[in-house]
Amino acid sequence: MNYTCIRNSLGRLVPQQIPGTGTLVPFSGAYARLDGSYEWMPSPFLHRVPSISTNKIAPDLCTAIERSGLQNGMTISFHHHLRNGDEVVGLVLAELEKMGFRGLTLAPSSLGDSHDCVADAIKKGVVTRLNTSGVRGEVGKAISNGLLESPAIIRSHGGRARAIEEGSLKIDVAFLGAPACDRLGNMTGVTGKTACGALGYAMVDARHARHAIAITDNLVDYPLSPKISVPQYLIDQVVVVDSIGDPSQIATGATRITRDPLQLYIAELAFKAIRASGCLKNDCSFQTGGGGPSLAVARYVRDYMKENSIQGSYCIGGITGYMADMLKEGLFRTLFDVQSFDAAVTNSIATNPNHVEADVSWYANPFNKGCLVNDLDVVVLAALDVDVDFNVDVLTGHDGILRGASGGHSDTAAGAKLALITIPLMRNGVPSIRERVQTVVTPGETVDVIVTERGIAVNPRREDLRARLRDAGLPVKDIRRLKAEIEHITGIPDEVAFADEIVGIVEYRDGTIIDAIRKIKG
Amino acid sequence: MKERSHNHPMRSLLYIPGNHPGMLQNCAIYGSDAVIFDLEDAISISEKDSARKLVKHALKGFDYGNIGVIVRVNGRDTSYFEADLEEIVPANPDAIRLPKVDSAEDVLAADELISRLEEANGLPRGRIGIQAMLETARAIVNVNSIAAASPRLVGLTLGGQDLAADLGIRATKEGYELLYAKSAVVIAAKAHGLQAFDTVFTDVNDAEGLREQAAVGFALGFSGKAAIHPSQIPVINAVYTPEPNEVAKAAKIVAAAKEAERRGLGVTAVDGRMVDAPVVTQALRTLELARLAGMEVPEL
Repeated sequence: MNYTCIRNSLGRLVPQQIPGTGTLVPFSGAYARLDGSYEWMPSPFLHRVPSISTNKIAPDLCTAIERSGLQNGMTISFHHHLRNGDEVVGLVLAELEKMGFRGLTLAPSSLGDSHDCVADAIKKGVVTRLNTSGVRGEVGKAISNGLLESPAIIRSHGGRARAIEEGSLKIDVAFLGAPACDRLGNMTGVTGKTACGALGYAMVDARHARHAIAITDNLVDYPLSPKISVPQYLIDQVVVVDSIGDPSQIATGATRITRDPLQLYIAELAFKAIRASGCLKNDCSFQTGGGGPSLAVARYVRDYMKENSIQGSYCIGGITGYMADMLKEGLFRTLFDVQSFDAAVTNSIATNPNHVEADVSWYANPFNKGCLVNDLDVVVLAALDVDVDFNVDVLTGHDGILRGASGGHSDTAAGAKLALITIPLMRNGVPSIRERVQTVVTPGETVDVIVTERGIAVNPRREDLRARLRDAGLPVKDIRRLKAEIEHITGIPDEVAFADEIVGIVEYRDGTIIDAIRKIKG
Repeated sequence: MKERSHNHPMRSLLYIPGNHPGMLQNCAIYGSDAVIFDLEDAISISEKDSARKLVKHALKGFDYGNIGVIVRVNGRDTSYFEADLEEIVPANPDAIRLPKVDSAEDVLAADELISRLEEANGLPRGRIGIQAMLETARAIVNVNSIAAASPRLVGLTLGGQDLAADLGIRATKEGYELLYAKSAVVIAAKAHGLQAFDTVFTDVNDAEGLREQAAVGFALGFSGKAAIHPSQIPVINAVYTPEPNEVAKAAKIVAAAKEAERRGLGVTAVDGRMVDAPVVTQALRTLELARLAGMEVPEL
């Protein structure tokens, strides 16, 4: 379907209205609603008060769904803490299909490699609308080929929390995988065979869903101990199943630092840029991702902080065992953990009072009274592509098909004093610096530095930073020069052909529309 | 085409397997003073042809900036030797690293073939250097005649692993068992105005071991050392980089020597110590290493 479109402040054509979704506001700057004058009203939500004699344990999933009052056309949600080992989405969608449900809106916090089942549910009409942070594999192909009835809505983690709290994303039934749960619905992710660490996404869904169902393969004696992440008063029902996930894919062990010399080189250069920025000092706050290259940056930061006796204030984000070790070593006072990336973390959350499980609204909702990302000093981020205006695409592959996740990328970039992107200049022979990225997820005005193996580009808005990096002897280059250097090797790839039809919209963290995703041609 | 002496100083030389496109395109970024594209030991027999073609195209297509680009071909005793040179010489690398050199004859044979190929391809004769690898006891015995074999020769190096095997000894981390061979190579190289390159340190996870071995090589008089992993480069470069106070002193010595020369004096003194020709030579080498390290060196 074609919609009436308008150009937003980045020059991207975005729809003004989508039936069933409502009126959309075009993006007009990363901080347009953060100047102190914008007013926001969280939405109240309705839920049924349970009878005082309710037994929350449902005999099976089917009964729980029946009791939840779920109807065709309603919205269901899931968390993605079980990562690539998640079996909850598949389990529930299969049951919903069996029960004859149609036309549901699926609104998980994100989708990963274990969720090809969602593409089937879309093809069968069980799911016709999708709200998510990320997609991979078959689901990305399904969206890019226009199989959804209405455009997919891609939100950042902070943006999703905002949308849920303000009611623009209303969850009717939340199906929340629980690695440990008791009969009254107290949940945690820090124990059990499918332990996944923090439950920061589940916390927000449980609090705002009309009806919340805990799905567990580990029912423990009441009360759950030693930790309760989602308290019983937010949970309507508990369903016990054989398995909620594959432990080998949930906790893949401690994430290892990359050994790839190219990535290590970029990581070292990134660290030198952070050091030169002057941000790495006592009381600093820091976030890095869980991937091998990000962890390599963390290693340099760790060594530097130790050598110089620096103690930081806090680390946030997806937390790895590596960060937990830095907490133990006293390099940071506190870890705020929304989502844990590896097995080494669960014990730390359970036993270290300074390892704080934080919900995703606290983490990144731009409209609450102060989220964690807003006070970040440094964030190290990855990207699929960047462009000469420093815009970042973390969603579309080189073939134009959706295969990434918005995640906390735009949230942290907007909040951090130094937002640094590490990116190899080419992948599979295709250059990573474009004239114009296919899909803007993070606007260039929030990105300070792009670090590549052939030099560092500094956003022209940050003349101060450019001077500091130059004075430190770092290879600062104009982004167009980096682009030319790599294109000398790769050439300029042909543009992917898209149809006009809009199959997805990218909502910026403040609820405005930053870009639209179009259907793949042919 | 870059205009540079094929014998410019090189502290670190990074080996890159010739069959690895990703590494061929990115190898220049890691800070080594030279790269060595390997067609020999790193390449299995089934990959010899494809690696040779890949390296040829890399040499022709990529700009490696101002670092040295060297290709290690297969030895003269193999059936790949001629084909390697026939494909690689027209792509005009800075030097050919010639393995398994046992005698002056091996160098001369390569020299002759390279000359023929230079001529056939319209290249300036003699621009492409040869670095000879000495990997047998016989080579060490012949080191002086090898070093004197050809004006095309720019450097000597050892193949530590092969040499140890030929000697029937086990190579240790410290490498003291090769002390004589290393010294023989260094002295022969210096006697003939060639560079001498230390052999590789094979444990890529042992930075401290590498540093120690590189320091011994530097002390023996090697002019640089080969690396088998990018992580080894900063360690080697650091060993071959003079301290700022050494650089300052060297600059003072060279300036004093120039002044003495201008005034027609053979010997002068700096800070109360005599400065003669050997001291000046040392000082010039220090300044050369400082320049390679990107240190500030006053124009003299």
